[in-house]
Amino acid sequence: MGPVLVLVEQHEGNGDTVQSRTYELLTIARRFGDPVAVARHPVDAACVAALGRYGATRVCVVESAVPGASPAVVAVAGLAELAWQMSAVAVLIGSGREGREVAARTSVRLGAGIVTDAVDVRPGPGGPVTVQDVCEGAYRVESVVRGDSPVITVAPGAVAAVPDPAVPVVERVRVRPAEPACAVRVVARTPKTRRPGVAGAAVVVAGGRGVGSADGFALIEKVADALGGAVGGTHAAADHGWCPPDALIGQTGAIVHPRLYLACGISGSVHHRAGMRHASTIVAIDKDPSAPIFRIADVAVVGDLHEVLPALLAELDRQRRQPCGVEETAAADTAVT
Amino acid sequence: MKVVVLVKHVPDEAADRPSGTEASGTKVFAPDLTIDRGALSCRLGALDENAVEQAMRIARRRLDVQIIAVTMGPAGAERSLARALALGADEGVHVRDDALHGSDARATASVLATVVARLGFDLVLCGAASSDSGMSVVPAMVAEHLGVPVACDADAVWVGEDEVLVRRDADGFVEEVAAPLPAVVSVTERADEPRYPSFRAIVEARHKVLRTWSLADLRIRPETVGANASATVVRSVTPHPGERPAVLIEGASDVAAARLARYLTEHQLI
Ligand SMILES: Cc1cc2nc3c(=O)[nH]c(=O)nc-3n(C[C@H](O)[C@H](O)[C@H](O)COP(=O)(O)OP(=O)(O)OC[C@H]3O[C@@H](n4cnc5c(N)ncnc54)[C@H](O)[C@@H]3O)c2cc1C
Ligand SMILES: Nc1ncnc2c1ncn2[C@@H]1O[C@H](COP(=O)(O)O)[C@@H](O)[C@H]1O
Repeated sequence: MGPVLVLVEQHEGNGDTVQSRTYELLTIARRFGDPVAVARHPVDAACVAALGRYGATRVCVVESAVPGASPAVVAVAGLAELAWQMSAVAVLIGSGREGREVAARTSVRLGAGIVTDAVDVRPGPGGPVTVQDVCEGAYRVESVVRGDSPVITVAPGAVAAVPDPAVPVVERVRVRPAEPACAVRVVARTPKTRRPGVAGAAVVVAGGRGVGSADGFALIEKVADALGGAVGGTHAAADHGWCPPDALIGQTGAIVHPRLYLACGISGSVHHRAGMRHASTIVAIDKDPSAPIFRIADVAVVGDLHEVLPALLAELDRQRRQPCGVEETAAADTAVT
Repeated sequence: MKVVVLVKHVPDEAADRPSGTEASGTKVFAPDLTIDRGALSCRLGALDENAVEQAMRIARRRLDVQIIAVTMGPAGAERSLARALALGADEGVHVRDDALHGSDARATASVLATVVARLGFDLVLCGAASSDSGMSVVPAMVAEHLGVPVACDADAVWVGEDEVLVRRDADGFVEEVAAPLPAVVSVTERADEPRYPSFRAIVEARHKVLRTWSLADLRIRPETVGANASATVVRSVTPHPGERPAVLIEGASDVAAARLARYLTEHQLI
């Protein structure tokens, strides 16, 4: 079995601990080759051990000979160089904006095929077999990727990470990114403090008649702030003056396409659904298990929003205080000492 | 300043959305498992419309802007080009060749890069994702072929003397990035949408130059593109159960909230 390259993602600044999705990629890589972890940040003993726990037989740390090269540029140079040197069976990268860009550039550099957002990858006789969801999940497409070193981006949570301990060899790889000019510079980075409007928001938390009162709507606002999202409402909520008219979502209001739509106390009338059914993920909280909103929801929480939302806020707060799992906190500690 | 906008002719969601039980693969996919653009009503991709609008916004602020819309697609794709021209592009290029049928992202990106290189460019604008393939990789692949920087997923675009500035969403942050020109930028649904073109604009668009280029015109060997050169071979397409399989969370509020929080974290929604 040949090597399968896995691009390591690390929590920046957080002792550079490895992100859990990298373990999912290593788990997939083991199905059809020897997992080689490719990191572009320094790795300490704890990181190496963590990568080994999920089966990495080699850890290659890519260093740029050109100072100031962006992590994406370093990743492309490292992956392309290693895939070519080792004749890698495949290159696995986590989905996401940076992952996609790295995958796109790497595949062009290698002249290799590219598959994005695979929800499953299996070994096959003619090369890796990938499974993708297309047309908003209406179809599943299975494809075989031909040729050398195909580049595959994998959707988060595609598989559960399963440990299979190995003791990795650590190597350093020095690359000279050809075009330092290719780097985009970040000129400003501001945390989103002000609450965004519903149009264009990545997260929308919306309330309906079930919220019950203007005071109840303050709870919706708190959850929206905790998730960095916008506040939306149904016709009923806007009518009662619980939310401003421009927060109205639906046929007569805004049509939204957020990544996450959290519907609270909303029955899900056709008029309302017209404005939000294209959200990537719909979570609905309603006490009526037969509310129509549940028919289009990805997550159906049957319960009283006045209890579930405060508990959710407490849980989010708890997670924030203790950002990584127990295991990773331990790794971060060793990195500091 | 030359702005090239890459526009794609995609199935119209509103017209043919496979809904619920009628979702049968035969309607969207041709027997060779490519998307059947002949059987579906197609239109200019919504994000690509936004890309044309960003080009127009640049053109409104300076006098020397020339906007060229480029599409690679079958006969019929010129309707999307006509729309781009009505929205303000000055010229259109339609890359059309039977050998292109079944091209994957690799072939598409190399053909588009060849066209852009031949036209010459200061800025290439694309949609952030096409609604049919939705891979969101063509812009970065074109940039790699051209050896220029790429800034993907722009919510807003400004052009300075020798650089392009982009505002984008970055997980809880609003990020502004700058890239030296020439560069490739892809725009999201949050970027400004075009206004509805006036009747006059639609009529005038008919008199704009629309060129059709074949692979021979571009000196691209037909065996390097199309279904046979494709790196990915689709083995099967199966309709997925119409309704989304939902995760059901019931029971005590605190347990339900913890499960919900875990779901959101695992799916990287927070
Ligand atoms: C022409 C026309 C256009 C319209 N356009 C729009 C539009 O653009 N947008 C829009 O939103 N509406 C629109 N409407 C109105 C729409 O038909 C519905 O009346 C409205 O969306 C219902 O709002 P709701 O879901 O908040 O209220 P309801 O339908 O009353 O639903 C409230 C839900 O809250 C639940 N609930 C109650 N208490 C709790 C609790 N404590 N915890 C959890 N759940 C609880 C209930 O079980 C119920 O499911 C339009 C109507 C017409 C006729
Ligand atoms: N065949 C094509 N012709 C012109 N532009 C395209 C084509 N395919 C993709 N693009 C451009 O690349 C963007 C992203 O496409 P995709 O990578 O398929 O999601 C689109 O919004 C277009 O701007």
